[in-house]
Order: sequence, then C-alpha cells, then structure tokens
Amino acid sequence: MTTHAGAVHAHEAPQGFIRKYIFSLDHKVIGKQYISLALFSAFVGMFLSLLMRMRLAWPTMKLPFFPDGILPEQYLAMVTMHGTIMVFMVLTTAPQSGFGNYFLPIQIGAADMAFPVLNMLSFWTTLLSLVVLMAAFFVSGGAPLGGWTVYTPLSAIGQIAGPGQGLGMTLWVIAIAIFCGASLMGAINFIATTLDLRSRGMSLMRLPLTVWAWFITAVISLLAFGVLLAAGILLLLDRTAGTSFFIPGNLVLTDKVIPHKGGSPILWQHLFWFFGHPEVYIAILPGMGLASHVLSTFSRKPVFGYRAMVFAMSSIAFLGFIVWGHHMFVSGMSPYVGLAFSVLTMSIGVPSAIKTFNWLGTLWGGDIKFTTPMLFALGFVSLFVSGGLSGLFLAQTSIDQYLHDTYFVVAHFHLIMGVAAIFGIFTGVYFWFPKMFGRMMSDTMGKLHFWLTFVGVYAIFMPMHFIGLAGHPRRYADGSGAAYLASMDPVHVFMSVAAFVTIAAQFIFLFNFLWSIWKGKKADINPWQATTLEWGVPSPPPHDNFAGHEPPVHRGAYEFAVPGVADDYIMQTTPPEKVAKA
Amino acid sequence: MGSKKGNTGSAATATTLALFLVALTVFTVYIFVAKPIWSWFPPAINEIGHEIDRQFMRTLVITGVVFVLAQFGLAWVVFRYRTRGQRATYSHGNNVMEVIWTLATAILFIGLGIYAQRAWAEVRLKPAPPDAMRIEVIGQQFKWSFRLPGPDGKFGKYKFEAHPEQEFTRDPWVVDADDPDGKDDVILGPGSVFAVVVDQPVELLIRSKDVTHSFFVRELRLKQDAVPGMTVPLQFTATVPGEYQVVCAELCGQGHHLMGTFMKVLSREDYAAWLKDMTAE
Repeated sequence: MTTHAGAVHAHEAPQGFIRKYIFSLDHKVIGKQYISLALFSAFVGMFLSLLMRMRLAWPTMKLPFFPDGILPEQYLAMVTMHGTIMVFMVLTTAPQSGFGNYFLPIQIGAADMAFPVLNMLSFWTTLLSLVVLMAAFFVSGGAPLGGWTVYTPLSAIGQIAGPGQGLGMTLWVIAIAIFCGASLMGAINFIATTLDLRSRGMSLMRLPLTVWAWFITAVISLLAFGVLLAAGILLLLDRTAGTSFFIPGNLVLTDKVIPHKGGSPILWQHLFWFFGHPEVYIAILPGMGLASHVLSTFSRKPVFGYRAMVFAMSSIAFLGFIVWGHHMFVSGMSPYVGLAFSVLTMSIGVPSAIKTFNWLGTLWGGDIKFTTPMLFALGFVSLFVSGGLSGLFLAQTSIDQYLHDTYFVVAHFHLIMGVAAIFGIFTGVYFWFPKMFGRMMSDTMGKLHFWLTFVGVYAIFMPMHFIGLAGHPRRYADGSGAAYLASMDPVHVFMSVAAFVTIAAQFIFLFNFLWSIWKGKKADINPWQATTLEWGVPSPPPHDNFAGHEPPVHRGAYEFAVPGVADDYIMQTTPPEKVAKA
Repeated sequence: MGSKKGNTGSAATATTLALFLVALTVFTVYIFVAKPIWSWFPPAINEIGHEIDRQFMRTLVITGVVFVLAQFGLAWVVFRYRTRGQRATYSHGNNVMEVIWTLATAILFIGLGIYAQRAWAEVRLKPAPPDAMRIEVIGQQFKWSFRLPGPDGKFGKYKFEAHPEQEFTRDPWVVDADDPDGKDDVILGPGSVFAVVVDQPVELLIRSKDVTHSFFVRELRLKQDAVPGMTVPLQFTATVPGEYQVVCAELCGQGHHLMGTFMKVLSREDYAAWLKDMTAE
C-alpha cells in the first residue's frame, strides 16, 4: 500500500483568469482543455467525413468551395486528415488525456497529478501539434494525400509524388512528432500519479477499472509513442536532409530519377505499426475501463471478475505490442513472419472475449437503470462485439490476402476503434458531466442522441462490410476505375444518407452539452449513487479536490447490493462503522 | 431512479434496445444466409481461391455463432434484468467460469488461426513449380506494365541491375542492351493487359518503379504489394478462362482509383495467338 505526502499537499487556488483557465496547473482545467480540443477536432473530422461521403455517393456534385466537385486528390487529402485528426486529436486525447486528467487524481484520492507543470506543458504541446496539423490545409498544395499511415516512399519523396506531398506532408510529420512529445509527457505523469499518489487504503486491487485502464494506456503510450517519434524524425530527415532511411534506389517518377538509394519502404511500415497497433488499444482501453465502471454502477452490481478484467487489459496491452505485423501480411514481409503474427493476433481475441463475457456477467442478475450513460455503455459492448469479430477474418493470413485494404477493413476498424471508442467517450461525457459542471445533461436529448447514433452507425458500417467482401478497395475516390465497383454505387448512397443522419444527430449532443453547462438542472453531489471517490466531493470539485485532506479508502470500487446493508451501494470512503444496516 | 415513472421508462427502453439488438442480429444473419455472401464474391478461378473460401466459411460459422450468442445474450440480460425495484445479486464473479471461457476461446481462435495457415503455406511458402510461367509485373503511378522472359525463359537485367556501380541520371528501367538474356524479352508497356495460360502454373514477380502499389485480382483471392526496391513472387494456377479485373489496392497517389487493367486467362492456342499479336506490334 502506497502513501505519499504528495496526496495531501494543498496548493493555493490561483488568482486571475490566465493562471486559472489558460495556463492552468489544475488537472481538472487541463482535463477540460483536452476535452474541448477533442470536441473541436471531432467536429472537424466529422465534417471531413461528410465531404468524403458526398464524394463517394455523388462524385461529380458541385459544392460550395468545390466548383468542379471534390477532386480525387482533395478526397484523398480528406481521407488523410480525417484519419489523422480522429486517431490522434480525438481518440487519443479525449478518453485518456481528457477524462484521465480530470478524474484519475480524484478517483485515487490525490489533490492533483504528480507533475502539474508537465501536465500543462503536455496540453499546450498537443494544441501546438493541432495547429501545425491544421496549417497543412492552408499551404500551397494542400494537405497530404497518403492516408494517416503515410506509407513511404509516397510520403518521403516530396511534391513529385502528388499534390499535398510537399509542404503539407512536412507539416504533417512535424505535427505528429510534436504530438508524440506531448503524449510521452502525459504518459509519464499518469504512471507516476497512479503509482505514487494513491490515498491511504487505495490498494491496486481497490482501484476503479477506469484508473487501471488509464494506467495501462499510459504504459502503452510511453512504449509506443517513442517509436513513432523516432520514425517521424527519420521520415523528416528523408524529406528535408537527403537521407534515405525509407527510400530505395532507382525510383523514377515523371521521368525523373529520385536521388536516393539504400532505404527500405517496409521499415517505415514496421516502425509505424509498432506504434500503430498499440495505438488501437490506447484508443479503446479507457473506453473498456469506463464501460466496466458504468455497467456496474447502473446495474447496481459489482463488476463480474474484477481481477480477470485487470488481467485481460494487461494481456491486451502486452499482446498489442507483438501483433503489429498483421497489418503487413501482403507488404512483402517474409511469409514466415506473417504466419507467426497471425497466430499471435488470433490469441488477442481471448482477452477481448474475457472482457465481453465479464460485461454480460456484470449485467446478469442486475437491477439495470437505463440512464443515458448506461445506454452508451451497452452500445459500446454491442459495437465492441460486432467490430471485434470481423478482426478474426483479417487476422488470418490466407483470408487477409483477399480482404486486406478493402472496405471490410474500413468497416472493422471504424466499428471497434472508431465508433466503440467514441461510444466510450459519450459514456464518459454523460456520466461525468454532473461532476464536471455541477449540472445534469438533458436525459431526453441524451436518449434521442443515443438512438439516432446507435442505429445510424450500424446503418453506415454494416453494409460497408459487404462491399469489402465484394472486393471494393479502400481509399478510392470513386468506382470509375473498375466495372465491378459500379454495381456497389447504391450501397455508397445508402451509407452516405445514413452518415448524414448520424452526423446531424451529433448536433443534438453539442446543443445538449452547451445548453446544460448553463441551463441544466442542478446536480447533487452523487446523482448516480455511485461508489468512487469523485462522488464524495462537491460538483464541481474544489481546486484541491479534497480540501487538503487525504480521504481514507475502506473497500473496493464496486460494492453494490451488499447483503445486510440498507443502501444498494457503499462508497469507497464510507468507514465500516458508518455503513447503515438493513 | 427507482421511482414508478423510472420503472415504466426502463421497461420501454429495455424492450426497444433488446428488440433492436435482435433485429440487427437477425438482419445481419439473413444477409449472409438467405442472400448468400459468396454470391457477392465472384467465383474463385484457382484451387487456393476455393480453399480460402472454405476457410472464410469456417470463420464465418464460428464468428457467426459468437455474434448471435453475444448480441442475443446482451438483449436478454438488458430485458430480463431491467429495473423493477429488485435488488441486484451480490457477486464478484466466478473463477471456474473465467477459466472455462478463457480456454474455450483460446482453443477456438488459435486453432482457427493455425488452420488458416494451410492455404497461406501453399501460396507463400512453397517455391513455384519449375515449369511455372514467369511474368514480371511493374507498378508505377497509375499504370501496370508487364514483361515476359521470351523463349529463353530468362529476364534480361535492367541497367541498374547490370551496372549497380553506375549512377544513372536517365531511366534505369531499360533492359541492358549487352545482356543476351534480354534480347527476346517481351515488354508490355504501361497500361497493357496481360495474359496467362489456363491450368498452367504462373509465378508473378511483382515490383514497382516509384511508390508502393498492390496487385489485386478478386477471382484469385490474392493480393500482393508492389514494393519499390524489392521483387516479390506470387504464384497461382488459373483454371477458368476469362478476362479478370486487376486493381491497385495500396494508396499510390491521386490516380490510385484508376490504376486498373485486365488479366486474360487463355487456352494454349489463344495465348499463342495473343502473344504473336503482342510481339508483332
């Protein structure tokens, strides 16, 4: 059991607007800053997907700012920026840096993160990264067109490879390198805080599963972003300093011989996916932790198999580092290596299945309350199953030869890494909003938002599997290049219409969010009758969370429906003698 | 929470959610079973293609069963345990069940993964038979070109292969004039269609002149990246004559979606006639 003086040091609340809200050292303000950044980025990324769906359904349609319709190179720039913004600026920041920053210290009983200045720096570095990334839209040639995976040598040889591959691509690499720095700072902070600042009595096996998820995600970030940073620097050197890490000799484009030799395009893929696969778990693990937490809270029942859940998350994190080659079965990598990666990848289905069984086990025998956060957590489970099972096809070398780089892959990762993770974020917003803003969000608008989004995402991504099975390659601006693609046009139109409805539904969320900050019903200190430490402090919590005290912790995080006890929940901080008998 | 009104609301929500999950599952299964998905796949034209289809079906059955059980299970617990003023069961889990489902999924998933390696080994680990027809496939933005070794069965060296010590300022992808192996090579330039002989083993040697592309023919169920700086082999034996679409499956630039051509599978006589046409031009 760890205790630390840091847990009780009360720091003075800063005076003045700038110290309080802009360059703040308070983990709660920084958490809100991250969530705002992610919210802004999510709407930009969603707007790009709207334009992409327009192009795919009606390729020649003229639009404002696109007098000739969206051109293929503009479509590909949108593909690249949509993926980059969503993966880095939304899925990596909101669940981990946003909610993690705000709630990890409170849930473990600490006054702040271990390194508040580092915390502030990591947010401002992330914002800088976002600004540099967005600048790529506005430079000559526009944003890069190589996809978020920026495979070399397309991304390494400059403007000659296509529009956006000049300055736009350079800005992309710089932005991502900056982002890696920010994530590394955040990861160190999360790890140190979890290990050192736990309150008296908060043993590891009493931690809420949200804290376990943030902690494990931080460890993954620390190991993965360092590799991407190195890869990004090498790519930048190839582009600007004449090195040839990723560029082999004798490349000829538009009759010009590229003055590089000796590099390996596959090296980039290895480095990128060594980061890229763990990144999938960086996006989804916090959602898994939160789903467990919320399912338990609203079924009024302890988490089924708490230790198994911790074990499953840890093994997902470990296995996540040794399966990156399944992105590269047809890359030209040795087929023997592909064989090994395939079997390892199939085994990652095991901890994922354990989690699903345990979620169902948590609900089984419960007293399920259908609040908006609970609906999103239930949606998360359904989407996680649907999106996860298609992974079993792609993990098999022989089947992947057909499905690789088709829409089947796009459908798979959107369901599991995109939409399921986004459902995790929505769960967090609806669940913690009362604590963060002291007011409730509208339940009616929340449920409307849930239904439109849940039905909408299935309507978009289920049909997408079928055009993938029919062999439709991804990242195609339209189907004009092959006769068999034309027969799939009606499916594209259907998916686009479903996407417009789903996107429109997000404005209900945005309105509910902004309206409730000022006009929502006042929230009690513990409106959900939850057990963890954040529900024992005022809404919103004061500057130093626990008013200079270290809250003693008496039990695990999920004591619901304990026999012989009057209430159907006992808070972690309630001393045994204060628990009312039935 | 727990009020009379909340309970009524929870019945409606629980029922709707359960019904939606059931409908989603039934509809997804319906598309696969009643309107079979393998009718969306074009028929395979090689033995490996059929084996990949069989492995796909095995995987579909296993994941299908898990999909139905999980979604129905979720629908059931949501409906059955909706709040009606009851108190939840106090349980922290069951270790026996954890062990059972861990072992069951491990055997099922890893076993499936190992089984899938048969088709992979057949295409990727075995060397091509010595009588295989060898065809060089070259990707470049945004066209495919091909080269046949000619009657001697040998490819001539490109200039950069014949003289690696020289730095070329002009096109290095020209067959070296001094290499006797290259005299009879048949070059089918950018944008060409290519042909193979039915029932004859083929080994493609896939390369790229500029960025990474990917050679993909649906009916072969095969895909292979064309990687600059590498020559990657890909073997198959096509058993059904016809003309099949070749597309590029790896993002290669703004014309990526237009980078298509055709592969003809011809009888031996038709192939000879086709080749004569090609060399006559």
